[in-house]
Amino acid sequence: MRKGDRLKEKIIQKEQIGKWLEKLGKDYEIWAPVKRNGLVLFHPISSAKEVYFNFLNSKKTPKDLFFPQSEVLFSFPKEEIEKEVETILQKPRIVFAIRPCDARSLALLDQVFDSEDYQDPYYIERREGTLLVGLACTHPQQSCFCTSVGGGPFAKAHLDLLMADLGDGKYFVEALTERGEGLLEKNDSLQEPQKKDREKLAKIKEEAEEKVKSKLVTKGLEKKLDKIFDSSLWDRVHQRCLGCGICTYLCPTCHCFALLDEKDKARVERIRNWDSCMFPEFTVEASGHNPRISNRERMRQRVMHKFNYFVERYGETACVGCGRCIQSCPVNMDIREIIEEIRNE
Amino acid sequence: MQECEKELREVAKKLLLEKKVDLIIGYEEGTLPLRTRPIFIREADETKKLVWNSRCENSLCSYLKTTKERVGIVAKGCDSRSIIGLIKERQIKRENIFIIGVPCSGIIDRKKIEDILEGRELLECIESDSQITLKGEGLEEKVDKDKLVHASCKSCKYRNPVLYDTLVGKEVSQGEVEEYSDVEEFASKSDDERWAYFNDEASRCIRCYACRNVCPACYCPQCFVDQSLPTWFGRTLHPSDTLMFHMIRTLHIAGRCVDCGACSRVCPVNIELRMLHKKVQKDVKELYDYEAGINLEELPPMATFKMDDPQEFIK
Ligand code: SF4
Ligand code: SF4
Ligand code: SF4
Ligand code: SF4
Ligand code: SF4
Repeated sequence: MRKGDRLKEKIIQKEQIGKWLEKLGKDYEIWAPVKRNGLVLFHPISSAKEVYFNFLNSKKTPKDLFFPQSEVLFSFPKEEIEKEVETILQKPRIVFAIRPCDARSLALLDQVFDSEDYQDPYYIERREGTLLVGLACTHPQQSCFCTSVGGGPFAKAHLDLLMADLGDGKYFVEALTERGEGLLEKNDSLQEPQKKDREKLAKIKEEAEEKVKSKLVTKGLEKKLDKIFDSSLWDRVHQRCLGCGICTYLCPTCHCFALLDEKDKARVERIRNWDSCMFPEFTVEASGHNPRISNRERMRQRVMHKFNYFVERYGETACVGCGRCIQSCPVNMDIREIIEEIRNE
Repeated sequence: MQECEKELREVAKKLLLEKKVDLIIGYEEGTLPLRTRPIFIREADETKKLVWNSRCENSLCSYLKTTKERVGIVAKGCDSRSIIGLIKERQIKRENIFIIGVPCSGIIDRKKIEDILEGRELLECIESDSQITLKGEGLEEKVDKDKLVHASCKSCKYRNPVLYDTLVGKEVSQGEVEEYSDVEEFASKSDDERWAYFNDEASRCIRCYACRNVCPACYCPQCFVDQSLPTWFGRTLHPSDTLMFHMIRTLHIAGRCVDCGACSRVCPVNIELRMLHKKVQKDVKELYDYEAGINLEELPPMATFKMDDPQEFIK
């Protein structure tokens, strides 16, 4: 969607971030990682003090800012059929300190919700009304494998700004779009990066990339998957899976939903809720027949969709390597192992 | 601990070799530090993968709900109680299950470790009998296991399995914390405070149903929240949907929940489900003098009727 051309590079002192965010807060609603109940999630913030900079990654992705888990698409009084469209965004938004993998996942969702065949007005309005201020990962985790699926801890793609913590009280900021540049203009205490800042940046970038130790070989994977749809491998890999919604709901690229109409005495609402292929009801047909009868078929669907169907349709893997499914699966199902097993099959 | 693991592997191997069971369900090491995970073993050779330690946090009983084979299962105290429940409620047959009981001094609550880590990544963890060493970049910290034990385990009175075919390892002492102290403390708060608490907890729920799927007492082929003809339940994130899901599930497990804590541990958004469940457990104890899963004989109170059942609540 957007090109990661370098427009402007600056240095922001850490202690100036608060002032900058305060200024931006006049025009934007700012969402940033906040730690509550021992959990790091994106929340709207009113002061930089709330931002939890020290995060590895957020538990949930900021996906629901664009594609909420549950939303009323429209509602109408029972008597009238006329559609009432509600304004979706009251104010433009900034997602502050989004990780590069999560930014990339939005580009994958764009293919689904903003394609030639189909434009989802709800998604598009949110997407267009939201700027992405990235925070480079200086501490990629053991479960991260972004570099295997086209990303990287300092990847600039799809961001408006990328910030990197130089570790000495300074952030290196790079504007990647005109809108990103506009955000920088609101900051009057910017400094020009010096040679040593650039050197530092190159160094931490290299170190971070090296830390992404997990590798996932996806080359030729979709072809392999074509051949093993009926393999006994699927009998093995799903065994301990509980069939819950964690891996798909926390995944930044999963985008399945179900539509539902709800009514009370006066109004009817059409609601869109997230759905997951790991749930038995996902494929129950009106007759009661369920073609994906057990966890075996459901696990296969999840893997096939990410590494085969999506690739076939959009040319990219529907996984950005954020590792959330690995971290949060209650029974430690590890997509890296599954892929390895498939490759060895 | 290592002794116990060795014994466990031998027992499991023998069961498979002698064809007493078709399948062993136990724990193996996982792919991340701190993590173990369920393993399904059909070949005697594979039993060397079995582990037993205070990181074996999953309840394996949930797998009994669907398996048809003769199973040898590794069961902690709470798990043995869940198995009793499943037998009593005719979900599994006693003769199809070989219970390998493991006395348990409490399971480590990973969420407590996350609090210690404060955003740092755990790269390695080394477990000894009483301590855990956490290692990461610029991090090396020894923590007493006692401080990390899950709330359910702290007050557990059945750390030694109640029902088993063979016991592996030595019996341990019971939990020391007063069983309902936290529930009582919570119950003493005002209605508003409690209501706010539950609403706040439920507001984080993402309806992934991991809590229900892992629960040994939740075995309905189709849960009320999933039914679509008719649809009993909205699928939104409105508290009237999420909170009601939890309240109804809590009632459905009344007199059946053994406080294994598995549901709280799997929740990805740290919802403290235990407070709801424990309160109902306390009520069942007070009203019917019944505790779930401590013997095979006593009839479950929600499945029986006695002329002298308390009925003050019927107005
Ligand atoms: S793989 Fe893990 S997170 Fe995903 S459905 Fe299975 S148990 Fe749940
Ligand atoms: S499949 Fe797992 S690793 Fe890949 S994007 Fe989804 S949550 Fe992240
Ligand atoms: S089919 Fe499954 S894996 Fe694919 S997007 Fe939907 S929920 Fe995710
Ligand atoms: S409700 Fe929770 S604590 Fe009770 S038996 Fe089920 S999983 Fe265990
Ligand atoms: S595991 Fe947690 S988030 Fe998932 S449904 Fe249960 S309470 Fe909600």
